[in-house]
Amino acid sequence: MSTIPADLKYSKSHEWIRTEADGTVTIGITDHAQDELGDIVYLELPEVGRVIAFDEVFGTVESVKAVSELYSPVAGEVVAVNDTLTNAEATINESPYENGWMIKVRLKDESGAEELLTADGYKSEIGE
Amino acid sequence: MNTPLLQTSLFETHQAANARLVPFAGWEMPVQYTGVLDEVKAVREKVGLFDVSHMGRVRVTGAGSLDYLQSLAVSDVSLLPEAGGSGQYSLLCLDNGGVIDDIIIYRLAQDEFIVVVNASNREKDLQWMRNHSAAFDVTLDDETNATGLIAVQGPDAVRMIDSLSDQELRLLPRFGLNETVLAGSQVMAARTGYTGEDGFELFCRADEAESLWNALVAAGGRPCGLGSRDTLRLEAGLPLYGHEMDETVSPYEARLGWTVKLEKPMDFSGKKALQDMKATPRRKTLVGLEMEGRAIPREGYAVQTPDGALVGSVTSGTFSPMRQKGVAMARVDSANATRGNNLQVVIRDTPHPARIVGLPFYKNV
Repeated sequence: MSTIPADLKYSKSHEWIRTEADGTVTIGITDHAQDELGDIVYLELPEVGRVIAFDEVFGTVESVKAVSELYSPVAGEVVAVNDTLTNAEATINESPYENGWMIKVRLKDESGAEELLTADGYKSEIGE
Repeated sequence: MNTPLLQTSLFETHQAANARLVPFAGWEMPVQYTGVLDEVKAVREKVGLFDVSHMGRVRVTGAGSLDYLQSLAVSDVSLLPEAGGSGQYSLLCLDNGGVIDDIIIYRLAQDEFIVVVNASNREKDLQWMRNHSAAFDVTLDDETNATGLIAVQGPDAVRMIDSLSDQELRLLPRFGLNETVLAGSQVMAARTGYTGEDGFELFCRADEAESLWNALVAAGGRPCGLGSRDTLRLEAGLPLYGHEMDETVSPYEARLGWTVKLEKPMDFSGKKALQDMKATPRRKTLVGLEMEGRAIPREGYAVQTPDGALVGSVTSGTFSPMRQKGVAMARVDSANATRGNNLQVVIRDTPHPARIVGLPFYKNV
């Protein structure tokens, strides 16, 4: 059983979304996703300022054996990137919802909002 | 149509230990126990255990065994002493020289051999072997399901095995083979492996695999999955069928020319084509690549010169825990295959600098 915090929203492609007090959203990958990937050793994230569309590939996460693309669960502009993950990608395995966050996005519109899952929805999505 | 996956005699042991089980070459196999990095570390520093019972094991017996294997394998099987007790790495090749499979041939006695083949090729190899057996006095027995095969690998492997054995197995040479009683089970221990570390592969009865495995775990062996095995073999520069070679690849373009003994007295499958291949300058060469940055090369990625000219592709790639870098084997145009050359691996449309380095990336045996 993986950890699925109740206060986050989720995508079917295993990203989590947290709405911050300033209205931006923080995005990372779920505990289930990091567990499925195994030891994460490499990460590619977008530059601050890049505008990403809903469901667009915004980066790549790689474990020793697998490559997995990251799909944006929202549409907007990247306003922050978690640089502390460079050379410390295992942080994503250890703390997927806190220190392992990946990007912060300022929403452009509500695209994709209706596609997002609640914690319960995600839980049944991954069969837990 | 779904064929049900095969299970080794250790399947329930893996399941009970919470290993992650995945389909592999028609078998349901553990890809990892605790994690690939953790398991690589265990094998590089201490000792790891691998269930490799999915690999095919074919016993060849009869007065024609040696001649039969000489006619199929590219190596000189007669170099294995008649009394038995050793093995050699070899290839089965098509008449056109393409590689059917890479195998290990062990000689147990004058007229008794065991051929170990890749799980993914077992049916194909068996068919090939049967189709070529009519002219010889031989019997072929597929013993894959009746036996287990456990690899014990790492710097502590030999000491650990000796502590459980009634023999001094540390005296066995590389590719040597000996019967022994190990933790109560009759096994055949072969001093070989696929990790770049010292160790053994243990052939046992299928119904004794679990007790043997448990004894090896109790003695300090760390259960490892096929994920770490693949990373370990890549670091050790060891080829994997379907990646570094296949039916379309010449052994000479897969760094496997050394296995081919054109001078052996007997004709063998592929000999004519292999003679021609050897006489012709190699178009492609298999090389080691180490990335300059942190991006990870993967199978199929294009390899190009710094000017952007396509020169080949990656055959296997991974993150190397020992080098802490992305490493790969790649088949590239021979003109660009010089060690030290700077090339680029195209990763998601972006060229990343890499350098040709000597193989293996790491080896401790």
